[in-house]
Amino acid sequence: MRPSELPEIPALEVNHVSHRYGVRMALNEVTLTVRQSSFTVLLGLNGAGKSTLFSLITHLYAIRSGQISIFGHDIAGEPGAALRRLGVVFQSRALDIDISVRQNLRYHAALHGIASRRADELIVQVLDRVGMTDRSAERVGNLSIGQMRRIEIARALLHQPRLLLLDEPTVGLDIKARADILGHVRQLAVQGIGVLWATHLIDEACAGDDVVVLHKSRVLAQGALAEVVERAGAADLSDAFTRLVRTADQNELEAAR
Amino acid sequence: MTIVSEVRASLDRRGFTPAQYLICLQGIVWREALRFLHQRERFVSALVRPLVWLFIFAAGFRQVLGISIIPPYETYILYEVYIAPGLIAMIQLFNGMQSSLTMVYDRETGGMRTLLVSPFPRWWLLTSKLLAGTLVSVLQAYAFLLIAWFWDIEAPALGYLTLLPVLLLTGFMLGALGMLVSSVVKQLENFAGIMNFVIFPMFFASSALYPLWRVQESSPLLYYICELNPFTHATELIRFALYDKISWVSFAVVLGCTVGFLVGAILAYDPARGFLARRGGPGG
Repeated sequence: MRPSELPEIPALEVNHVSHRYGVRMALNEVTLTVRQSSFTVLLGLNGAGKSTLFSLITHLYAIRSGQISIFGHDIAGEPGAALRRLGVVFQSRALDIDISVRQNLRYHAALHGIASRRADELIVQVLDRVGMTDRSAERVGNLSIGQMRRIEIARALLHQPRLLLLDEPTVGLDIKARADILGHVRQLAVQGIGVLWATHLIDEACAGDDVVVLHKSRVLAQGALAEVVERAGAADLSDAFTRLVRTADQNELEAAR
Repeated sequence: MTIVSEVRASLDRRGFTPAQYLICLQGIVWREALRFLHQRERFVSALVRPLVWLFIFAAGFRQVLGISIIPPYETYILYEVYIAPGLIAMIQLFNGMQSSLTMVYDRETGGMRTLLVSPFPRWWLLTSKLLAGTLVSVLQAYAFLLIAWFWDIEAPALGYLTLLPVLLLTGFMLGALGMLVSSVVKQLENFAGIMNFVIFPMFFASSALYPLWRVQESSPLLYYICELNPFTHATELIRFALYDKISWVSFAVVLGCTVGFLVGAILAYDPARGFLARRGGPGG
């Protein structure tokens, strides 16, 4: 059995990762784990450090302090092996709107070394998975924002990753499109893909999810949703989030005095 | 460890076969070709610029600037003939900067991330992107030569063939320069500065529009600046190749600059060393 297939190895392990932009601390000793086949919600307000964390996990930025592993492969030491197991949906749209859905997906396949015949088979599969089979010849610019998001998810799944990162994927979507996308991705976790879903919308987390609360560059709490709520002495996640953030802000103020 | 074995080890570590590396390269070139086909106005404007210089500027200056017999020319030539190689280099310079503009745009919109999160080594991704841009500039250069041919600017038949590898090299050098520039440009709005600080000085302080002996007569200092300008050597390499000859000095300078700019661009886009991670964060 290959190391990456061992069930006890986490899909994602972030250990004591810190990152600065000049003097500004963007991540401070962040540690978190995403289990295989789990849906983990990374909850944080804008500016909490979610996108910086994603940039480090995807090797867009180098890790200066700490370690990140994807299925046991260190992103700094074995970026190729780690990135092969990773699918990403970024916050900003990263599709080429002038070309068709199929052409976008073929380009992505090539970036993973997948030959065109195999790519065509995989494209049919992933479009079916996100319910967009009939739009493969459509120019991306003609799609709605919700449909573009689905295509981005299809693209992230094309090379059959075992871990999927989504950075605020429902921003700009209406309520129905948001529920659809969330439902699709939850289904992927059931099918065996580890999911890290970054959001600032508390209602996107639900019972059975793992939750990581990130605030002002630090992890305030993490674990199963029910545990996080219980440890915070709160009634629900919204209440727990408010309490955690308020306490952290008060501590920061006191430390500054 | 030799460079070959080092590259082989790097390929092995990634777990991709050479065929997969070629698939990746092909995909990047194909995408650039698609983008090019969808932006026909870019092709037209890339051609109009040098043609304006050729048809208007050169016609006006023909009587003012006399060109003596200088290598690689063996007879007196018209001014239009003299500036044609410089205009080809100009096409490649603008194409290189256009590519870098596209990279800044891609970085702002997120398209660049798609490329950079590929599991292939970053040097391979960037070199492939560079090659794709170079091929586009070569097409533009030959389209220009075709139009120039109807304007009686003809080179020996073999010259059109020997020009091809030279255009690939000069296109690569100017594309790598553009890539290096794109890594330090923070926003699309800052790009206007590139026109003033990179493109115009490179073009005007070169042998593209006037032979350097004329520059030396008027300003020895400017002459040395022109001699140090890699764009001068790209122009001269193209000029000599078009007449089935080679300028070894220019070849060495262009080759050295290509390597230098390429290494610089790869380092700049390297997450461990580059400028990108040191900037303000994405803010999420």
